[in-house]
Amino acid sequence: MGFFDQFRQGLEKTRKVLNTDVRDLFKAGEILDETQLEAFEGRLVRTDMGVAAAGEIVAELRKNFEGRTVKLDEVSETINRKLRDLLEGDGSSRYDAEDPLSPLRLRADGPTVILVSGVNGVGKTTSIAKLSKLLKDNGKRVVLAAGDTFRAAAVEQLTLWAGRLGCEIVRGEPGADPASVAHRGAERLIDSGADVLIVDTAGRLQTQKNLMDQLDKVRRVLAKKVEGAPHESLLVIDATTGQNGLSQTKSFSEAAGCTGIVLAKLDGTAKGGVVIAIRRQMAIPVKYVGVGEGIDDFAVFNTNEFVRALEI
Amino acid sequence: MFEGITTGLRGALSFIDRGRLTEANIREGMKQVREALLEADVNYDVAKDFTARVSEQAVGERVLKSLRPSEQIIGIVYRELVSLLGGDPDAREFTPESTASLLGIKRDGMTVLMMCGLQGSGKTTTCGKLARLLQRDGVRTMLVAADLQRPAAIEQLKTLGGQIGVPVYTEDPAASTPVQVCQNGVKAAKKAGDVRVVILDTAGRLAIDEQLMRELRQIDNKCAPDQAVLVTDAMTGQDAVNSAKAFNEALELDGVILTKIDGDTRGGAALSIKAVTGVPLKFVGTGETLEGIEPFHPDRMASRILGGGDIATLLEKAQREFDADEMEDAQRKMAEGRFTLDDFRKQMQMINRLGPLRNVMKMIPGMGAMAELDPGIDMDKEVHRIGAMIDSMTLDERRNPDRIDRSRRNRIAAGSGTNPADINKLLKDFSVMGGMMQGVSQMGMKDRLKAVQQMAGQAMSNPSGRMMQQKQRSKRGPLDELKAREKEKRKKKEAKKQRKKNR
Ligand SMILES: Nc1nc2c(ncn2[C@@H]2O[C@H](COP(=O)(O)OP(=O)(O)OP(=O)(O)O)[C@@H](O)[C@H]2O)c(=O)[nH]1
Ligand SMILES: Nc1nc2c(ncn2[C@@H]2O[C@H](COP(=O)(O)OP(=O)(O)OP(=O)(O)O)[C@@H](O)[C@H]2O)c(=O)[nH]1
Ligand SMILES: [Mg+2]
Ligand SMILES: [Mg+2]
Repeated sequence: MGFFDQFRQGLEKTRKVLNTDVRDLFKAGEILDETQLEAFEGRLVRTDMGVAAAGEIVAELRKNFEGRTVKLDEVSETINRKLRDLLEGDGSSRYDAEDPLSPLRLRADGPTVILVSGVNGVGKTTSIAKLSKLLKDNGKRVVLAAGDTFRAAAVEQLTLWAGRLGCEIVRGEPGADPASVAHRGAERLIDSGADVLIVDTAGRLQTQKNLMDQLDKVRRVLAKKVEGAPHESLLVIDATTGQNGLSQTKSFSEAAGCTGIVLAKLDGTAKGGVVIAIRRQMAIPVKYVGVGEGIDDFAVFNTNEFVRALEI
Repeated sequence: MFEGITTGLRGALSFIDRGRLTEANIREGMKQVREALLEADVNYDVAKDFTARVSEQAVGERVLKSLRPSEQIIGIVYRELVSLLGGDPDAREFTPESTASLLGIKRDGMTVLMMCGLQGSGKTTTCGKLARLLQRDGVRTMLVAADLQRPAAIEQLKTLGGQIGVPVYTEDPAASTPVQVCQNGVKAAKKAGDVRVVILDTAGRLAIDEQLMRELRQIDNKCAPDQAVLVTDAMTGQDAVNSAKAFNEALELDGVILTKIDGDTRGGAALSIKAVTGVPLKFVGTGETLEGIEPFHPDRMASRILGGGDIATLLEKAQREFDADEMEDAQRKMAEGRFTLDDFRKQMQMINRLGPLRNVMKMIPGMGAMAELDPGIDMDKEVHRIGAMIDSMTLDERRNPDRIDRSRRNRIAAGSGTNPADINKLLKDFSVMGGMMQGVSQMGMKDRLKAVQQMAGQAMSNPSGRMMQQKQRSKRGPLDELKAREKEKRKKKEAKKQRKKNR
């Protein structure tokens, strides 16, 4: 099954659990009144885009349509366009679905380093496995660095994935300095002549200052070893995350200089709308989505699909 | 954010200063409250219902003189939140049940707990945390590694078990099924003889994954766990209601544990889950290590959802209760040497009104003494006693307490139903407090508040003080209530078992 089929299957599940469709509220030819606007606001807020984003959209609807006879398509399209524009930024974050590596800034003249971070349990390690598979399928040689030396059996988890994928893995003792593991990973990348190094990190809450400093240190160590590293710094966000995703992105960007987001667990009933709230404030694009626990449950972020799945 | 709501509310309600809260003026205020709840990730429908209900209730309430209408509304909202989350807004301090009782551990025989939840919510870690708590209380516990899905999940649980010396039952994932592992794990625990609690760590799953949900129901049927516990990430947004509802429908949950509240999430999911399922919240996860677990406190959660964090809320509330005008008045009087016993009584009442927030005072430097107070002390009663003593004095005596000699003391004691020694103690506390108050006049508002709180802490931790007297437990009341609740629980449990059998 291709990426999109997977993605779609995930969305199909989502659709099934939704009981009502907002379209019912906007039967063509109805007059848009306060009650309808409010119901609509509910739809928007329930995606986790936040009250600010939802309020802005409702205000625009009110301005353009209130008291008027509305057509369903007209209203939906206004909003979808707005959200697409927001998520795609200046167009640089519109990716080629045919080229699954297109979101990555892979170096042409040397090895690439990808750092992966995020709060606890969002799906970092699994996403790394999925991304490695994608790279491997596209002819890249990948080295993994098991930088989570803290959580119980985190190294074993990544080691199992590396074994399944046939990737080389660099590991440290439990409790070892993650920066030293990253350092050895970078050395291995250079010595082995591989194309990409992906560094896993322990989950950490963005309020833990010392752990955020540690992440910064990992980044600096990588930069010292490989020019311009990390070339990609991916922040993994769980699609079920609420407004805390904003604070996560702000803090992780400071420490790890995030260049993109992986939105994991989009196969559930959560809509992942928090990335809209994030995109309103920061220029960090969503690059990939995770749509399951399997190694192939991973797809390039597609704005159209995502916005459609919000079912607004 | 709390600042935000307060300011917003003040703006919205600035036009009411006397009379009653009306539908129109509350509506404006509730908009702000609703927004704050949504910002905190409370589910849209839950927030809507909640504000509607609170509005209804607030209509017609008299606007209190000492409070701004905005503060009054926040007060009402706070109280409602506390009760919705399973607390008692009138209780001065929330006293959580013991670990064993929170987890429904049976006195005799073995108790089986089943953990469940979405992927990555913190189930495995929480298994370790609970085992540590139980083990520490001398309850022999066994962990069962029933996640055969995630790479190294078994290894993870084994490592955690090893850290706390708790046995972990495992099977080869290639040759078994989760249902089998759970059944065999329970059997193994029974065979071991001294194991009193078995905790099943299941794989993470989506509530819409029918196959995996069926597997969970099978474990539920085959092992008949005494408690099914949902582990949820506190950072969850609007979706919290969907998964909680689905897990509850599949398993009839007995409790919810909210993890990862050590960050800066406002944790509105707690309210959403409680509102849609009615399942009580039992614990919160406060860190990655196995020590990171605490009983759930409805009052703390309520202030967290309102956005202030405990301290901000406390200060806010303190500010409100220590009505700035009265404070200044008291200080001026003191500076002029006119601080009377009546003023003293007022101060004590204000401290008393801090009520349920006393348990967060530990966090404020200097407040430790007060927080350490035996929770058994009945502050209401103390304040009442002080009131009675002061009421039995003449106006002249209240203004010039040094005129109170032995015979006056006897008269006051007789009039207030206390002992002459009590009167002496009161006069001493009064003069100590008066002395301390004098230093305060030069400080800024915040420092002044702190200083007064500090004083209160000192005055009340005075070991010979009246305030330390043990509360007399009433002979009936609470115990009977407890028994009744126990009985109710047992009945529920039996009904559940019956239902399961009938399935
Ligand atoms: N349904 C679903 N589950 C996922 C997805 N990605 C990861 N998971 C699951 O989420 C859980 C946590 O994933 P991990 O990759 O271990 O997460 P992590 O961020 O590395 O966790 P820590 O290192 O403990 O912070 C595992 O059970 C994964 O199988 C996804 O896209 N969909
Ligand atoms: N900061 C913090 N991290 C926590 C807490 N509870 C769990 N974690 C972390 O969250 C991540 C996921 O925890 P797990 O216990 O593996 O979660 P799980 O639900 O068993 O995950 P799956 O089995 O993959 O579904 C780990 O990195 C834990 O260390 C908590 O209360 N606070
Ligand atoms: Mg990991
Ligand atoms: Mg687990």
